[in-house]
Amino acid sequence: MRVNFTVNGRRYEADDVWEGESLLYVLRERMGLPGSKNACEQGECGSCTVRLDGVPVCSCLVAAGQVEGREVVTVEGLADFAAHRAEQHPGSGCAPGACGTALDQARRWQADPAGEEARETGELSPIQQAFIDAGAVQCGFCTPGLLVAADELLERNPEPSDADIREALSGNLCRCTGYEKILDAVRLAAARAEETV
Amino acid sequence: MDFLRPASWEEALAAKAAHPTAVPIAGGTDVMVEINFDHRRPDHLLDLNRIGELTEWEVGRENVRLGACVPYSRIMEHLRAELPGLALASHTVASPQIRNRGSVGGNLGTASPAGDAHPALLAAGAEVEAESVRGTRMIPIDAFYTGVKRNALEPDELIRAVHIKKADGPQQFSKVGTRNAMVIAVCAFGLALHPGTRTVRTGIGSAAPTPVRAKEAEEFLNAALEEGGFWDSRAIITPSVAKQFAALAAGACNPIDDVRGTASYRRHAVGIMARRTLGWTWESYRGNGRSTEGAA
Ligand SMILES: Cc1cc2nc3c(=O)[nH]c(=O)nc-3n(C[C@H](O)[C@H](O)[C@H](O)COP(=O)(O)OP(=O)(O)OC[C@H]3O[C@@H](n4cnc5c(N)ncnc54)[C@H](O)[C@@H]3O)c2cc1C
Ligand code: FES
Ligand code: FES
Repeated sequence: MRVNFTVNGRRYEADDVWEGESLLYVLRERMGLPGSKNACEQGECGSCTVRLDGVPVCSCLVAAGQVEGREVVTVEGLADFAAHRAEQHPGSGCAPGACGTALDQARRWQADPAGEEARETGELSPIQQAFIDAGAVQCGFCTPGLLVAADELLERNPEPSDADIREALSGNLCRCTGYEKILDAVRLAAARAEETV
Repeated sequence: MDFLRPASWEEALAAKAAHPTAVPIAGGTDVMVEINFDHRRPDHLLDLNRIGELTEWEVGRENVRLGACVPYSRIMEHLRAELPGLALASHTVASPQIRNRGSVGGNLGTASPAGDAHPALLAAGAEVEAESVRGTRMIPIDAFYTGVKRNALEPDELIRAVHIKKADGPQQFSKVGTRNAMVIAVCAFGLALHPGTRTVRTGIGSAAPTPVRAKEAEEFLNAALEEGGFWDSRAIITPSVAKQFAALAAGACNPIDDVRGTASYRRHAVGIMARRTLGWTWESYRGNGRSTEGAA
């Protein structure tokens, strides 16, 4: 079957998709976007977290056919997505279908190899920078899912309490168990955002 | 495998009639696990995501008509006042990512004894609106669960919505698990006070082959509250009454030993949760707050 959808602001057509295939598989194996990790394929770990029409979901549990015509943001597009949000919708996010990620950037953007533009410019989203600065990355396997989930939390709730952070990240497991540093990173990103306002 | 993508409810019903073995997929949080692990290879998947009305709800005078695919996170956010028991139960489901996709329609479709919506639905009082090309019928929630992971749906039927009684009094939900997030219930208990009819209703999860009400416990308590004039006096419930209620609730269980807990632990825990949820709801009926605060 064929599936058309938007990934990180770029229209994409996937062909010969098996009907039982997950969005995660399509992203990783058909689109060359291996940022979303496959660790459990049963919704337990959150390392495959992406935004589907703005909503954080486990991409391993979304059937590929269900994303027809919809918008997906993965960790590869997070820097662009955050930059667009900061420019166009300060203090909130895009309405699903309204503009996707930064359209100009997205048009120039090549999905394969993944994250090329981010790497070229070296620009990271604030949450990515905070993870690095706080030392919240060990093996890094859980990081992409955590970044997507944490970014969405801060979009919704720019000044989260510790309880809010724990709740928002409760679906993301870190096998290296670096949870304290991860909490630090989210607090750091929130504090930095407040400073710049 | 075929992937059916009906764009409307009528098309979905027609597709289900044409392919009665088609597996509906809503949030996919049960279906996709089975497919990813090769536990299920349906010949057809029937996607419900494109049918907008399934993710809507209507608040009527007596009921909330909850679309089958409304995700748990929306119930927590928007229906806390009308459906406090279900909102509390929703909050204990898995993780934010799962709650953003998983639905009560899917919970009913799976009909696992451990599904967290069930005790809340049983306690509040609910009917499942099942529809097929042949027509619509309302299935009382008590008659919906027919066996372990079996429900009363006919092969050509889909769940359109669940009609849940709006709370007319405090409701509580309690769940035993090893941690707060991402945990399948060892057992769970829902309780709703219905001051309008002067009745108490309950729901037990994960402690019998199907979700069940503790009917004997309800009857005993209803009689005791009536006789003692508790609904009018709003006096503290006599400890012996609460104790007997808990014992009868534990007796309503027919649990098994499994990796999550032993049968005797489950029976014991259900008794404790019955007593606690009664205490919490009654305190709030007496005017001492704590109506929507839950505990896991
Ligand atoms: C990591 C993880 C943790 C979980 N934790 C919990 C938990 O704590 N508590 C809990 O209760 N559940 C839990 N679940 C199970 C699951 O999330 C719930 O059962 C959820 O309610 C399923 O809803 P869904 O929309 O995703 O259903 P789907 O997976 O889409 O469907 C489930 C079943 O219902 C059928 N179905 C769906 N919609 C309809 C309809 N409208 N009409 C007829 N049949 C229909 C499907 O064919 C399928 O058989 C968990 C799942 C995962 C992956
Ligand atoms: S791979 Fe999707 S939740 Fe673990
Ligand atoms: S850093 Fe290794 S799993 Fe989290």
